[in-house]
Order: sequence, then C-alpha cells, then structure tokens
Amino acid sequence: MTIQQADNEQAPQATPAPAAGGRRPGRAPRRSTAVTAPSRARATATYVWLVVAAVILLFPVLLTVVGGFVQTFALVHQPPGLFSGHYTLDSYHNALTQRVVPLLPAFANSLFVAGVIMLGNLVTSCLAAYALVFLKIPLRTPLFWLFLATIMIPYEAIVVPNALFVRVLGLGDHRIALVLPFLANGFGVFLMRQAFRQFPVELHQAAQLDGCGHLRFLNSIVLPTVRPALTALAVWSFLQGWNMYFWPLIISSTNNSLNTLQTAIFSLKNNDQSAPDLLLAGIAITLIPTLLLVIFGQRWLVRGFTAGAVK
Amino acid sequence: MGDLGWGVGFLLPALAGVGLFVIFPLFQAMFLATRGTDIRGNPTRDVGLANFAGLFTADFGRVLLHTLVFTLIVVIGGTVVPMTLAVPLAQRLAGTKVFRTLFTLPFAYSASTASVVWLIMVNPSMSPINWVLGLVHIPPPDWTTSSGWAMFTTAWITLWMTSGFNLLVLSAALAGMDQEVIEASRLDGASGWRALSRIVLPMISPSLFFVIVTTTLTALQALGQVQVTTNGGPNDATRTLVFSIYDLAFANGNSLYGPACAQGLVLLLIGILLAVLQFGVLERRVHYR
Repeated sequence: MTIQQADNEQAPQATPAPAAGGRRPGRAPRRSTAVTAPSRARATATYVWLVVAAVILLFPVLLTVVGGFVQTFALVHQPPGLFSGHYTLDSYHNALTQRVVPLLPAFANSLFVAGVIMLGNLVTSCLAAYALVFLKIPLRTPLFWLFLATIMIPYEAIVVPNALFVRVLGLGDHRIALVLPFLANGFGVFLMRQAFRQFPVELHQAAQLDGCGHLRFLNSIVLPTVRPALTALAVWSFLQGWNMYFWPLIISSTNNSLNTLQTAIFSLKNNDQSAPDLLLAGIAITLIPTLLLVIFGQRWLVRGFTAGAVK
Repeated sequence: MGDLGWGVGFLLPALAGVGLFVIFPLFQAMFLATRGTDIRGNPTRDVGLANFAGLFTADFGRVLLHTLVFTLIVVIGGTVVPMTLAVPLAQRLAGTKVFRTLFTLPFAYSASTASVVWLIMVNPSMSPINWVLGLVHIPPPDWTTSSGWAMFTTAWITLWMTSGFNLLVLSAALAGMDQEVIEASRLDGASGWRALSRIVLPMISPSLFFVIVTTTLTALQALGQVQVTTNGGPNDATRTLVFSIYDLAFANGNSLYGPACAQGLVLLLIGILLAVLQFGVLERRVHYR
C-alpha cells in the first residue's frame, strides 16, 4: 500500500528543502512543493493560501453548523448573518416537529438502512471470503473473479431491473426494500479475502486436527486478527448506506414513510414553506454520523475506500 | 460434512445477494432494453432494437456531451484543487493537521445534503458568493438558471464533495514518499515547479491515478447533484447520462424502462472500459516504488 501515514511521526524533519532558487518569496504557495523549505515568507504565503481556500471550501460547512441556530430573518440576508450572537434551537425544534416531511421516522429509516447494510456486508463477506480462502472447494478462483467482476458494474446500469424486481416480489412498500439489494457486494468479499489470506494456513490445519469447527475457527481465531479490515468494511458500508440517494429516492417516491434522511432533505427543500435555517438544521442532523466518521475514523475510511486499488 | 458442504453454505448468502441483485439484473437490463411499456407502466411487447436506435440520436448525443463536460470539470477540478492543498499541507507547518482535517469535512456530505447547502450558498437573497462579487462590482451569474452556469454549479458541488476524500489520499501519498529521492533531487538543484512535476508527481502517480479513476466514476454516477439542484434543466442543459436514466424510468411516472435500460448499458460499457483502463493499460505505466 502506498497509502500510509506512518511516516508522519518517523521523519519530523523530512520535508527537505531547496530554498527555491530564483523564485520571489511570497509567491502563491500553490507553486511550492513538498520539497520546499518553510522559509518565513513562504510559510506566511502558505498560511494565506490555506486560509483563502478554507474560506471558499469550508463556508458551506460553517453555514451548515451555525445556520440551524440562527433565526430566519437574520440568516436570509446578504451575506447571511451567522454571528449576530442570537442563537436559538427553534429551527431544530421545527425541523423535528414539522408534519410536512417528518424527520424522526426518516432518521430511524436511515439508521436501519446503514446498520442493516453494514451488518449484511460484514456477514456475507466474511463467510464467502472464508470459503474462498480456507475451504477446499471447486471453482474457487472463478468464483473469486466473479465477485471481483461485479465491482465494476455501475449500480445505475442495473437500477431499473432492480426496482421492477423488488416490485414483482411485492416488497415495494416494505422497509426491507431499502436494503435488500445491498446486503452483499463483491468489494466486501474482495476486501475480506485479501485480509484472510494473510492468515497462516498451517494454523487452520492445526485447528482442524484439534476438532475446531469452521464457524468457531472463523469467529474466535480469524476475525479477531483481521479487525482492521473488518472495521474498514464496517465504516465503508455504513457510510455508503447512510449517504445512499438514488435507490431510496425510487423506493420512497411511492411511499413517503420510507423516506431516509437523504430523500427527506430533498422533499423538505421542494416544499416552499421550508426556510433555509430549517433546511440547514435538517442537514446538520443528517450529517451527524458521517461528520463523526470523517473526523475520527479517517484512517479507516482511507483504508476501506482505497483497499485493493492502490497496492 | 466436508469442505464442499460448508463451502456452499458459506458462499450462498453472498452469491445469492450478488446473483439476484447484480448479475441477474444485468441480463434483465439487456432484456428490458428491447421492451416497450404498457399503459399501467409495466414492461411489455418486444420493440426490437428501437430503444438502441434511440442511442444514435442528437438528443442522446447531447446527453453524452453533457456527461463528458460534467465529468471533465469534476475530474480536473477534483484532482487539482486537493493537490493545491495537499502540497502546502505536506510542509508540516504548525497547524497543518487541523487544516487537513477541516478540508476533509466535505467528504461527509451526501449528494442531497451537499446540493441543498450549495443551493442556499447561491440563493440570490442570501448568497455570500454574490455578496463578495458585489463588493468588487461583478454582477452575479444565474448560478442554476442559465445553462452554462447550471452545468458549472452542479459539477462544482460534485467536485467539492470529492475534494475531501481526494485530499486524504493525496496527503497520505505525499507523506509516504521516499525521502531519499527527494533529498537527492534537492542536492541536484531541483526545486519548485520542476521538483513537483518531475519528481513528486511521478512518485505519487499510483495515488494520483487512483484519484482520477474514482473521481471519474463518482462524476459519471452523480444523480443527486443534478436532480436536486437543477432537475436536469434549464432546457436539459444539465441532463447527464445517469439523470437521463432516472428521468426516463422514474420521474413523473414516465416509466420508460426500455430506453432507460438501453442508456444504462451505455453506462455499463463506460464502466467496463474504465476498469480495463485501470487494471490494464495504465497500471503498468504509473510509477511504483
């Protein structure tokens, strides 16, 4: 894996330093590189650029975090008044109690979707990967390639038959329809298989001789040693499930009680009664789990999303 | 029970999931692409290749053109913007860790949350962007209602969403670079732009390539950014391939499953081409340590 941040600590002086020859100091640091000395002028320029970029890229985040606590008349102003000093929970209260697009049931649906998809992926991927790595079965390699091949099928190419299929099954009005197509996927099988392959085969044979069953071996010996991969898959599938939009949009279009937070935010936006502060409060609520994951689970996210692709 | 029995039992859940909801629908899509739709919105009689003929019309040509423009903006911007942040952040000045965490926050947004926040950002009655433009006496554009700007706005939202994750990947790659090579290049007098283009970029090319491929896929599959922000408008100016699939099959009770499936197969073809590109040709060319 090229993706590793381990070097950070090992080499504190490791950003060596050609004092940029004929370059005027104070020039936009976007031209500077990792191999640049942090001379004072350069450092200042770097900070200036970072602050400018932060204002451009992070204002929407600031708006999301603060906007829901501001009253409508203060917010709907050019520029939006985020720092009046008057903060209230009214918008959050309204967002959670309004009857137009109820957010609490949508929150429950989102938790259901993300949680079940996560669990489904963990179970199906671990079982399949175990069979592919430890069991002597025919067609092991072709089956692995089959799983791998499904990764490159863009979901939007098969979304129409899936929607019709779920309808034919008579599940169109049921919550289970929100998660059914996503309980297994090739990427999870691939990720867990790569992790299991690190496990010494001799240990597996020894355990077999000692009469240790497959399920017990998987559960109490293999899984604890591949916890990083498990966490990466869990975080990855939870985030995918939570942020999913196209599928819940289709499912909930015929039955509003199947709204997830993602589709609820869209319906709220389409309703003229929704003031920006109410929308921002709803968005902030929607972002709680994903913001926490992005802030505290970064290394799992990078590992999950890049596994296999960069190695 | 032997290995075979256990193997079947262990593989069954994953095979059933992937088989029923990925592989079977793939063939079903090919079948549906040859069908019309009856009055109650169900697939019906064989229409031959009529839906495929629809792929060779000027309308679909425009859809592909929009998809191309959208993808190009997202991929170029979504790589360059995080790069201009990752490189200065790699200098490890005080506080860069905080900056890096802050810059990854857009990654937490979904298609619908990002789109609605940016709709508020460009809402004429409160837009902070229009306010800044007003300060320098530039009349603000119609961000979502003029065709050119609508394309830019939807692409920008997608670019913004991908910038957080791409920054993480590129930062990790820069941090993992072989310091000896950089030291050697320094002694040889390489500096500034030259060092970046000749040494740093080639060294992180696997990550750079990964970022370009994943961003291309994200852009190709973007639905919410278009559907929430412009709903394909104005005058179909932001009608991209995936939006077109959604619109034909699901919007306003259209139920045009056949044409939607035919266009889905085009998307599949592009996806396979990208995968071949990723695992085949280019993987061998990028620099590996």
